[in-house]
Amino acid sequence: MADEVLVQHHTLEYPGGYTRTVGPVIGRYLTGLRDGRLVAVRLADGRVMIPPAEYDPVTGDDAGESDDDFVEVGPAGVVTSWTWISEPREKHPLDHPFAFALVRPDGADTAIVHVVDSGTEHAMHTGMRVVPRWRDERVGSTLDIEAWVPEATGGASAASPASSTEPVTTMSSPVKLEYDIGAGLAATRFLLGLAQRRILGQRTGPGGEVYVPPRGSDPKTGTPTVDEVEVGPRGVVTTFCVVNLPFSPLAPEVPYVCAQILLDGADIALFGLVADMPAADVRQGLRVEAVWADEVGPTLESIKWYRPTGEPDAAYDSYKEYL
Amino acid sequence: MAPTREVAVVSYASWSSPAELQRNEVEMLMPVVAEAVADSGLPREEIGFTVSGSCDYLIGAPFSFVSALDAVGAWPPIRESHVEMDAAWALYEAWIQIQKGSVDSALVYGFGKASSGDPSEIFTLQLDPYTVGPLWPDTISVAALQARAWMDRTGGSEQDLVEVGARSLRNWAWANGVDLEPDAVDVLLAQPTIASPLRPGDIAPDTDGCAAIVLAADDLARELAARRDLRPAWITGIDHRIEPQALGLRDLSLSTSTTLAALTAGLADGPVDVAELHTQFSHEEHILREALGLEDGTNVNPSGGPLQANPPMTAGLMRIGEAAARVMDGEAGRAVAHATSGPCLQQNLVCVLEGEDA
Amino acid sequence: MSGERVAVVGVGQTEHRAVRTDVSMVGLIREAAKRALADADMTWTDIDAVVIGKAPDMFEGVVMPELFLADALGAAGKPMLRVHTAGSVGGSTAIVAAGLVQSGVHERVLTVAFEKQSESDAMWALTVPTPFQAPLVAGAGGYFAPIIRAYMQRADAPDDIGMMVAVKDRLNAIRNPYAHLKLPDIDMKTVEESPMLWEPLRYLETCPSSDGACAMVLASERVADAAAKPPAWVQGTAWRSEPTLFARRDQVNPQAGRDCAADVYQQAGITNPRADFDCAEVYVPFSWYEPMWLENLGFAEPGDGWKLTQSGATAFDGDIPWNPSGGVLSSNPIGASGMLRFAEAANQVRGAAGEHQVEGARRALGHAYGGGSQFFAMWVVGADKP
Repeated sequence: MADEVLVQHHTLEYPGGYTRTVGPVIGRYLTGLRDGRLVAVRLADGRVMIPPAEYDPVTGDDAGESDDDFVEVGPAGVVTSWTWISEPREKHPLDHPFAFALVRPDGADTAIVHVVDSGTEHAMHTGMRVVPRWRDERVGSTLDIEAWVPEATGGASAASPASSTEPVTTMSSPVKLEYDIGAGLAATRFLLGLAQRRILGQRTGPGGEVYVPPRGSDPKTGTPTVDEVEVGPRGVVTTFCVVNLPFSPLAPEVPYVCAQILLDGADIALFGLVADMPAADVRQGLRVEAVWADEVGPTLESIKWYRPTGEPDAAYDSYKEYL
Repeated sequence: MAPTREVAVVSYASWSSPAELQRNEVEMLMPVVAEAVADSGLPREEIGFTVSGSCDYLIGAPFSFVSALDAVGAWPPIRESHVEMDAAWALYEAWIQIQKGSVDSALVYGFGKASSGDPSEIFTLQLDPYTVGPLWPDTISVAALQARAWMDRTGGSEQDLVEVGARSLRNWAWANGVDLEPDAVDVLLAQPTIASPLRPGDIAPDTDGCAAIVLAADDLARELAARRDLRPAWITGIDHRIEPQALGLRDLSLSTSTTLAALTAGLADGPVDVAELHTQFSHEEHILREALGLEDGTNVNPSGGPLQANPPMTAGLMRIGEAAARVMDGEAGRAVAHATSGPCLQQNLVCVLEGEDA
Repeated sequence: MSGERVAVVGVGQTEHRAVRTDVSMVGLIREAAKRALADADMTWTDIDAVVIGKAPDMFEGVVMPELFLADALGAAGKPMLRVHTAGSVGGSTAIVAAGLVQSGVHERVLTVAFEKQSESDAMWALTVPTPFQAPLVAGAGGYFAPIIRAYMQRADAPDDIGMMVAVKDRLNAIRNPYAHLKLPDIDMKTVEESPMLWEPLRYLETCPSSDGACAMVLASERVADAAAKPPAWVQGTAWRSEPTLFARRDQVNPQAGRDCAADVYQQAGITNPRADFDCAEVYVPFSWYEPMWLENLGFAEPGDGWKLTQSGATAFDGDIPWNPSGGVLSSNPIGASGMLRFAEAANQVRGAAGEHQVEGARRALGHAYGGGSQFFAMWVVGADKP
């Protein structure tokens, strides 16, 4: 089998970031940060929890139902645990060495996760006192505190006035992850075939069914497919729909036809576009053939779409089991 | 009411590698599932229930478990489910289905490739997205907060951490017949920290892999094991518990959920010869030993454990498989397997396995 | 049916909306869970274990969100499971939760399913472009519309059956205070004139995208016998999966669905679904899936499903009402949609369905499916003990 396996970079990112509605309690916390204050919630047993939650974490009962349940804590606090990051990652909030820490603000019974900008690891110890260094421009985010700094250095100052008086109700949450995805052995064979204008399937065994694109297994039995088989490039439209919105960047125009196509020699239909004919004339049983892109390569885009061959339509009985 | 059926592990297969760059998940999983099924002695179509554990985010695509089913052979249609959890919890679900009495056997599998992305960033997305997520504290940094909390409470040292990693390496070398340099502890301790107090030797490596287990009940388990001259590894107790996630709320130096699960699983009812613990960081072994009340005589992670091979969504199931294998081959009379999920040992599963027929 | 008896003793759901701007994910799931607990006359501390289900985590961009939501569901110190079986997940989750009671392990289990899909966009999350995967060239509708066309040809069905379902389910939703879509003026003409997105599928024949959650409390016989409100007894549960793509797969009438129905009917003693059930809550995200599933689930012979719809048999006042709640066509928080079917079926046999109560309902079917129709989950609930 192939030694060369295709790998493609993949970025997973919802464009513009997730929009989170934060609800009344987290909203109050984020509004506090925007205003340069640390807001905690007092639970039924008297414990003061920060960040506040809509519920008691032990009993599950509601918390923060009345304005009186919220208390301001800090701003100074104590480090209850920490770790020194000598080589920050790109996503970390500081670009020079710093500590992630649990910081328990004065007056609170719990700690928040944040960063301490102490300059050196040597300056860090459990129990040290820290104060927040507020950003000038605050939006209602955990990041409105740029970092906590040792109280002894006096690096903190009072927060500047808030930019707004409206409660914070939403936040943006950018999530971007990078991947390198391998195609695997069977799909690599298929894609390398496309680069030679060949459509390669795999057979489940002697006299067995032919899968295209091949995925390396016979899904009915979980056993490996064995023989490579060239299929198509002609086939039959088993069923289709006419798409009236521009969903596909590959489609030549709207409306376009998205079809299930059973290639000659294959035992499973695959999705493809049907073009070079009026959408209204596409029908079940239509005989089509693959239209290759001007530039082919080991990509699915090597087949632009399928066009009619002009052959007589296939009889329904010949493809009805492939719907 | 209490569960009444005797359920045993009757076969286990696994595969792992630092990076599987050739095969995709289905191609990686297919031979492992086939091996576990073949070893069980049950024809594939006679297995009553199939359940798996995996995580979509590992490859950054929804429904990654769907295509994995192609490695199983789901035809004619099968009774099947999936948890977005380590496959150890899939095994728990299989155990429930067998206890319910609707099936007598089950295939459980898990798979995960760390090499496609960066698990230490992917699993950062498990944290509270409103107040913690924006800081992007990667999983290693978060674990380091727990390591420090353990050291602060117990007076433990960085050497205590590194020794766990060194022993894991020794065990792995022994299990795999590899020669090791004798000064491994010094070598590990000399490495700079990544997130203090954690060094590379304290941190489970990124791994690609998969594992499969077949469970069977009562006489079916006895019959299947007898055919291969092995004894079934009976699950005499299994339970799992979760804690609140908020890191500043919990005492990170303890694992109360592990203790609770061990209590229900009856771990303290007898001696423990072997413990396979889902320790993704060295300090977790110290915390878990305390939480489980393990005695010094217990052989912890004789396989080397996750500090040598830690395929995501699978390493927990592998602990059950490894512990069961020690019971099945007679090396251990009674073993415990532990699996974890979430930041800082947030959720823990404890499974007690015994060789003697109840 | 195997194992100990299990019953639904509490049901709760959120108001479903395109965007629930007023709540966080925490608030959303607690809204449903608290209503279920109140319905069961229980508190968080009464619960032994929690089972949560949802569809892909990319909807909200949180990996395994049940971890950070654990204590929000009162699960601190308790067992918690997270199920993910694509669109059928709401049903599978309920079956897992029921199993915890049937196995004799627990007596009171809280199960919750949710989706807050407005945090991103359903179309994006379901079709995240992935290397080497053939893109769903036309969204979810583009996947299912060709299958619908194949059904129409196979069954020789008139073109307007789908529109009838679209109207019927939306009119049912008027009686459901939680439903997302409220279209009191809908008729065949408005459906017909709505944009033809994926011919033969029109805009008003497709489901909306909703934020929402559903929760149930499942209890042992001992607990259910002592409950103040009538329980819904689980008379059977079943799930089936088949491969997504395989040679000669029948996607119109999938074997997995037929097998799943046969299994659950056998457990519950159902021999004639149309006669034996008083109503059904069935996962119909695109209008034409009503006639298709009528056949798949044995309410009609193959090729005859559309005739039931056409005759009005599945309407609210018909002899076998389907989706009296308005169904997926009216509210679709994807991860919760299956559990909503299971929960609505339970409420019908408890006599607790309010304005959309089918009079005298004593036995109902809850149904969910997912993926490309390869995952199925079903249960039968009744007013009587199995």
